[in-house]
Amino acid sequence: MMADTGSEEIAVIGNTDLTPSELENNIKNTMVEKGATLLKRMEINVAEAEKRTGKNAVSMQETYTVYLIETRAVDPSSEGANPAPPDSLWRRYSEFELLRNYLLVTYSFVVVPPLPEKRAEFVWHKLSADNMDPDFVERRRVGLENFLLRVASHPVLSNDKIFYSFLTQEQGWKEVVFETGFQAKSDSRLKALNATFRVKNPDKRFAEMKHYGDELQSVISQLLRVRARVADRLYGVYKVHGNYGRVFSEWSAIEREMGDGLQSAGHHMDAYAASVDDILEEEEHYADQLKEYLFYTEALRAVCRKHELCQFELEMAAQDLTSKKQQREELATGTVRTFSLKGMTSKLFGQETPEQREAKIKTLESQIEEGEEMVKDKNAESEEFVKNAWVDIERFREQKDRDLKEALISYAIMQISMCKKGIQVWSNAKECFSKM
Amino acid sequence: MMSGTVVDSGSPTAAVPDELSGQILDEDEDFEVFCKDSTFTDGGSLNASMQTSPGSMVNQYKFEEEEEQPDTKDIFVTVDNPESHVTAIETFITYRVLTKTTRSEFDSSEYEVRRRYQDFFWLKSKLEEAHPTLIVHPLPEKFVMKGMVERFNNDFIETRKRALHKFLNRIAEHPILSCSEDFKIFLTAQAWELASHKKQGPGLLSRMGDTVRAVAASVRGVRNRPEEFNAIQDYVESFSQKMTSLDKITQRIIREKKEYLEELRECGPTYTLWSGSEEELVEPLKQMAGCLDRCCRETEEQVQQLGNNLLPILHEYVLCTETLKAVLRRRDNIQAEFEAKNEALATKRTDTEADPKVLSLAWESLVGKDPEEAKQQKHQKLKGEIKEMKEEIDKLEDKLEFANNTLKGDWGRWKKSMRADLRAAFINTAEKNVEHYEKCLAVWESFLLSQRTEANEGDDGDRDDS
Repeated sequence: MMADTGSEEIAVIGNTDLTPSELENNIKNTMVEKGATLLKRMEINVAEAEKRTGKNAVSMQETYTVYLIETRAVDPSSEGANPAPPDSLWRRYSEFELLRNYLLVTYSFVVVPPLPEKRAEFVWHKLSADNMDPDFVERRRVGLENFLLRVASHPVLSNDKIFYSFLTQEQGWKEVVFETGFQAKSDSRLKALNATFRVKNPDKRFAEMKHYGDELQSVISQLLRVRARVADRLYGVYKVHGNYGRVFSEWSAIEREMGDGLQSAGHHMDAYAASVDDILEEEEHYADQLKEYLFYTEALRAVCRKHELCQFELEMAAQDLTSKKQQREELATGTVRTFSLKGMTSKLFGQETPEQREAKIKTLESQIEEGEEMVKDKNAESEEFVKNAWVDIERFREQKDRDLKEALISYAIMQISMCKKGIQVWSNAKECFSKM
Repeated sequence: MMSGTVVDSGSPTAAVPDELSGQILDEDEDFEVFCKDSTFTDGGSLNASMQTSPGSMVNQYKFEEEEEQPDTKDIFVTVDNPESHVTAIETFITYRVLTKTTRSEFDSSEYEVRRRYQDFFWLKSKLEEAHPTLIVHPLPEKFVMKGMVERFNNDFIETRKRALHKFLNRIAEHPILSCSEDFKIFLTAQAWELASHKKQGPGLLSRMGDTVRAVAASVRGVRNRPEEFNAIQDYVESFSQKMTSLDKITQRIIREKKEYLEELRECGPTYTLWSGSEEELVEPLKQMAGCLDRCCRETEEQVQQLGNNLLPILHEYVLCTETLKAVLRRRDNIQAEFEAKNEALATKRTDTEADPKVLSLAWESLVGKDPEEAKQQKHQKLKGEIKEMKEEIDKLEDKLEFANNTLKGDWGRWKKSMRADLRAAFINTAEKNVEHYEKCLAVWESFLLSQRTEANEGDDGDRDDS
């Protein structure tokens, strides 16, 4: 179930003004770099967001947001010269979702990067939960860009054709995706759930990973909830200081000697109250980093579930083979070891003729042969899956450790910046108070 | 029209209210002293036996622009050691009041007594009675409103103790109030002595009479309040609003900070919980938890300091405005009384000029007296009455002038100490906030340092230059 990275498919950089010899050069370059990620060859960013209105599937007016994706070839030979203008196209959030679903199904052994949240969650009161709110849209734009960059730097996902056309093909991309027939290949929820409950020998590592995913999801959710409440309260504390500003100003009007000091102290109180907006906006960025990993846990669990499904199917196939072999044995030796309806009915309604028995045995033989083929295939499939999935899980684990550590460090840096601002404001205020 | 005693520079003199002294005194001349007529005050406030050298007098009135000078302070009072007493009827708290003084009218240089709130309240009433237009620093409230704090809660007792300490010290620093006999007795008397002294003083009827007069005067109202007192009145009105607002704002900040702290307390444990699921991230997560816990402790301290330093002072000044309004009212009443008497005199005079025939003829003819003689008698009587009234009016005028001057003097004094108090309180608050942020800054910087050191140690192949 791998993407077609067949050698005839070459990721061509979308600059159609190349001369034939340059084109040849490029092809050579890309072939040399095959296996390296797309990101090394291409700059990607989600530059803008815009509101559009249009008629939806049921002919109702709706407003939605589209995002501008810009891509530009990274051409080492043209370094120093002016960069070519980027190619660009507009995509809706739902198209991103479609792309991701395709990747999930097609590369079920990969921990697929998550999209930013569809609706604002874990908000504290000042942030609106409105999807049209410009701050939300802006954070989503950043999240979508992050998604594309993650995919483009993934050793496996970045080579996908559908992904490439998502970035470069404005018209008709949706049709191309549907043509892959990926939706038919997706496993139903029911099937997956069934496998989870009934699988007997899943790889222990996957079971542990799944458990870890659950724990991580739970703890990050808790952290995000607490953080939202803390932000709410901090906002209140800062804003109340604005009242000091107002009253100092009014008070300074009735004082002679104290007036100036009070007035300027009041200004600093206003500045203090206002500073919380920037502080909390920066903190929002930290929350977004946590959220990405919150959503990643779902992808992690999906891989583990896929393993359970593979393993389950293998076990089912093996079980089926065993029972068929048993049936053959029984027919061959005439002994009924296990209870079967056929056995009962033949007892009740009389034995079968030797010809009938021969025919049955022959059918079973061919079924057994098929079964053995099946088990071999399933086994290979399962082993292949486990191998590839575990590689990606390790990659993911390293990435997560790096990213989260960076996130904690950047949180500390934010706190330091906040403290420095506080020191400055109150030092200034103290000076003003001294002049009272 | 002042009754005063001219005193030689060599003889004992009484303390002069600061703000006044510049007007009348010159270092080299003899100075007059305002001596309040004992009808209006208790005799002890301007204590003639007080030994104060002219030198220190000069010091006292020279400090128009300067801060309170510690070298002139000669009574030091401490309030501490609250103790709870339980009787069959009630439970109450007493505080130890320690006095150290070099003043000669005190028999000893150190005193230790125990007093309860009631006693402080008595002292305040007596001082206000004796000096209606002096500004006495407010007492902490008798009852706690809003049911926020129990009467015997430790924080409440601590706050009250500090306020009582301030109350006594303000009196001790006041040039006139500190000479009060009641103040002396408060500081020095044993419990039974104090109790018996309390029973003395103007009786109930006389006090009632005062109250009736005061009510009558306030009902009548003041006709021509001098502009400067109008200005003070307006100021007090606005100042009162501002102080009330600041008090409320500060209370709100404390509340919000406490709620913030409650939420923040959950962060550390969540990171610790998380570290339990991780391998590589265990250290950073645990340290994160540690940092957050430390920040919580710092915030706790900050909130406490706000409650102990800024809030009580703002609250005191809210209470001050009530005192100021009362002082202005009492001054108004004195003026009203004076104006009323003046009007009565004017009326009497017109009566006198009116045709005496109308006055006396009817009655006298009935009684059979000689109309001329009767007229003379009546005239004399009126003249006598007028003379009496004029004398009373003179006294009232003196009283008014004295009241105005003492108020003006004390007003200047009050404004100075208000400015010093509030400036200090706000500076202190700002300093504490800076300290708080500096401590939190250190916490996070140490976190960064530890992460970066770890990173350097962990990278065998990579060489960062940092």
